[in-house]
Amino acid sequence: MSLFISLTLNGEARDVSIDDPRVTLLDLLRERLALPGTKKGCDRGQCGACTVLVNGRRANACLMLAAGLDGAQITTIEGLARGEDLHPVQAAFIEHDGFQCGYCTPGQIMSAVGLIAEGDAGSDPERIREGMSGNICRCGAYHGITLAVQEASRRMAAKEEGDAA
Amino acid sequence: MSDTLSPQIRFGSNAGQPATRRDGLAKVTGVATFAADNTPEGLLYAVYAPAKIARGRVSHLDVAAAEAHPGVTHVITPQNRPELQGDPSAKPTMFSFRTEVLQDDTVCYAGQPIALVLGETLEAATEGARLLAPQYVADPVRVALDDNLATSFEPAGFGLPGGASHGDVEAGHAAATRSIDVSYETAAQYHNAMETHAIVAQWDGDRLTLDTPSQALNLSCAGFAYFFGIPPENVTLRSPYIGGGFGSKAIPTGPQVLAILAARMTQRPVKLMFTRQQMFGPVGHRGATRQRLRLGVDENTALTVIDHEGLAETSTFDDFVEPAANASQDLYAAGALRASHRLVRLDVGTPGPMRGPGEASGSAALECAMDEMAEVAGMDPLEFRLRNYAETQPGTGLPYSSKALRECYAEGAARFGWEGRPLEPRQMQGADGLLTGWGMGTALFPCPMFAAEARATLRPDGTALFETSAVDMGQGAWTVLAQIAADSLGLTLDQVEFRAGHSALPDGGVAGGSGHTATAGGALHAAGGDVLRQLGELATEDPQSPLYGAGNSSLVARDGWLLLEEDESRRERFADILIRAGQTEMTGTGHGGRAPEAAGRHAMNSHGAVFAEVKVDPDLCQVRVTRLVGAFAAGRIINPRLTESQLMGGMIWGTSFALHEAARHDRRSGRIVNADFAGYHVPVNADVSGLEVITVHEDDPYVNALGIKGVGEIGIVGTVGAIGNAIWHATGKRVRHFPIRIADLLAP
Repeated sequence: MSLFISLTLNGEARDVSIDDPRVTLLDLLRERLALPGTKKGCDRGQCGACTVLVNGRRANACLMLAAGLDGAQITTIEGLARGEDLHPVQAAFIEHDGFQCGYCTPGQIMSAVGLIAEGDAGSDPERIREGMSGNICRCGAYHGITLAVQEASRRMAAKEEGDAA
Repeated sequence: MSDTLSPQIRFGSNAGQPATRRDGLAKVTGVATFAADNTPEGLLYAVYAPAKIARGRVSHLDVAAAEAHPGVTHVITPQNRPELQGDPSAKPTMFSFRTEVLQDDTVCYAGQPIALVLGETLEAATEGARLLAPQYVADPVRVALDDNLATSFEPAGFGLPGGASHGDVEAGHAAATRSIDVSYETAAQYHNAMETHAIVAQWDGDRLTLDTPSQALNLSCAGFAYFFGIPPENVTLRSPYIGGGFGSKAIPTGPQVLAILAARMTQRPVKLMFTRQQMFGPVGHRGATRQRLRLGVDENTALTVIDHEGLAETSTFDDFVEPAANASQDLYAAGALRASHRLVRLDVGTPGPMRGPGEASGSAALECAMDEMAEVAGMDPLEFRLRNYAETQPGTGLPYSSKALRECYAEGAARFGWEGRPLEPRQMQGADGLLTGWGMGTALFPCPMFAAEARATLRPDGTALFETSAVDMGQGAWTVLAQIAADSLGLTLDQVEFRAGHSALPDGGVAGGSGHTATAGGALHAAGGDVLRQLGELATEDPQSPLYGAGNSSLVARDGWLLLEEDESRRERFADILIRAGQTEMTGTGHGGRAPEAAGRHAMNSHGAVFAEVKVDPDLCQVRVTRLVGAFAAGRIINPRLTESQLMGGMIWGTSFALHEAARHDRRSGRIVNADFAGYHVPVNADVSGLEVITVHEDDPYVNALGIKGVGEIGIVGTVGAIGNAIWHATGKRVRHFPIRIADLLAP
């Protein structure tokens, strides 16, 4: 059996053949589309390592069947930086040491980008902690993650204001 | 021949700087390649079926159903498993256990591999494994310490802790005017690195290439090679990034061996990635413990005795001791000490080292017992610890190589605001109505060193290449070891290329025991020193060199120059020395390790003091850790930024130990019923606030040439007890097991 879906993947239009209806978005990215930056941590939506943006919102790629995503816009960690220019969240994660082993990091960063876009947390640390709590970091880099999201959020808000002015 | 002492190596240019991670860019952009990210051409996927009983045997597997599933290519069971060349019951390396590789149909623990299914896709192999629908003949299981207590035994054998004692323990008990006799329990915990164990195996003739996370690359090569009858050098192991290890990735596991076997059998690359549920089984865990602590003090509140008996679980087929009583051996000055261990065989996977092995569990009990003793003595817990401060190693009288624990107590207490803490519990209630409690604990972790080798190559352009098969599992080896390497040649960080994480490099040793930076760093330091020694010899023996005739030991290296220390106008560029000698590059080698005689002269430990504040809802009994201040003295700190992260991570592990983590068994099947992140709780971001780390300065001239003690594990030690004690202080309830849950505080 074979099935085709159209995706906008990291800004690029892609026609993707799905070889098996059981394939999740996560395994599509990792095993079939050579985009292993998105990580598998639990495969059942409990850890957040596979967080990507689907139509601009945070989603656990392990919980989505690829076949159901025809027409979706997907952004993964590989699609975040603009060439050499890091996304402000990526830069802030390095500066604030918001990771250790780096395995949950793509998910943390995508989740942070989604959280900032949702606009509910701002730079309030309590709300950031709550909003980032779907992403487990076993190394315990939470202190740095919170600081990084705070700073990126501030920087992006300032830039938006600057752009609007 | 000039003076052969190495030129002096200067610190301070790179060591001590809070450099950001050199692997940071790769990690935030998603290009850092972890083992399972590799998908070579022609790949087969392997999925193993785990046993769903803990004891008995597999009586039937529906192999035909699995084989009939589209995409399934092979089903490997004990009936048709190709032969292995090594005996899975043997221990080919110092880090190995009996390996479960489908020897027979016996089941010794839930989660043990009972079959391996190969498929063209992950989906096919996964479904094939499910279709096996195993049937069992099950025997009654023993999964709690009490289930098999009658057969408990004293562990004996290579690598097992024998315990320790000094003084007259019975006299110590008799001399006590006040004493306590308490028993604490700690739950079984599973490492659960975010990256599950994974392997991609590829054969080329009798040469094997592995992508698999390993905390000890060359040791793992030897371990894997053994099973396949090939020399270790035929195995190439790539492990550039490890998604967390915590002790679970030093030891080859059965499923990894089976994946390699499958690759050899099919002559295709094979990828196997553990599911999260499979992380509760064949990859080790922190064994549950029960610890009896009997402490006594005399009329001066001096400890007359510490009597620490640890009981721990192991599997039915191998011995690993969670050496909890070790925690009592070096910490407090007691007239007499007995630290002993016993084991109970249970139907569980073999436990193994997990972050802070021994000290984490042991300190949890010891620090709470110390708090109880202080309470009985009517003394402030910190004052009680200072009263029993060990100025030299208890028992041996050996001096400590360095010990700034008193400063840790002072700085931590000041930062936390410990002074004025009421002695009695339930004295602090905030405006929010929450019960507030303050507790503290002492942290200690030893400073073991293993062995490591490194190579340094100075290039004619003044840059240098440093190589060792060291591993970065998050602790920061890519950065910290490069800092040490750069300093060894007086270069800046960006003049150094650092290669690690590959088994073809000089053996970087084991990333464990908080000893990797000291050991691999020591090897790099020595390799750089070897280059300088050679450069110095060339220069000082060459009449054309401005350094001609100078003693080698009075030379220093800085910014690509070799200089005479007392007259820096006499200097020569590395490159010029090389060129004149007709050399295109210069290679040095170095060894890292500790001389046995050094270990006999000093007791060596990292120390720390952790202060915790908890708030407890008086009605709901929900516990929140609202502040956690840790002050640690761990010798030379190479990178303060990454050190703070390591220590904070450890303290979060301590919080997890105190409040969250416990594997729970179904008493009938023996299965772990909470084997995933929904049921097995670890802290999330919202659980962590008010975390502060202080590093206390410590110069240690004895621990090793670099003065490094290691920070990977000590953060967890002390924290558990501090939180337990804070909960008592808030509520007046002394819960004598971990984790402490709401139900424990709700109970009347």
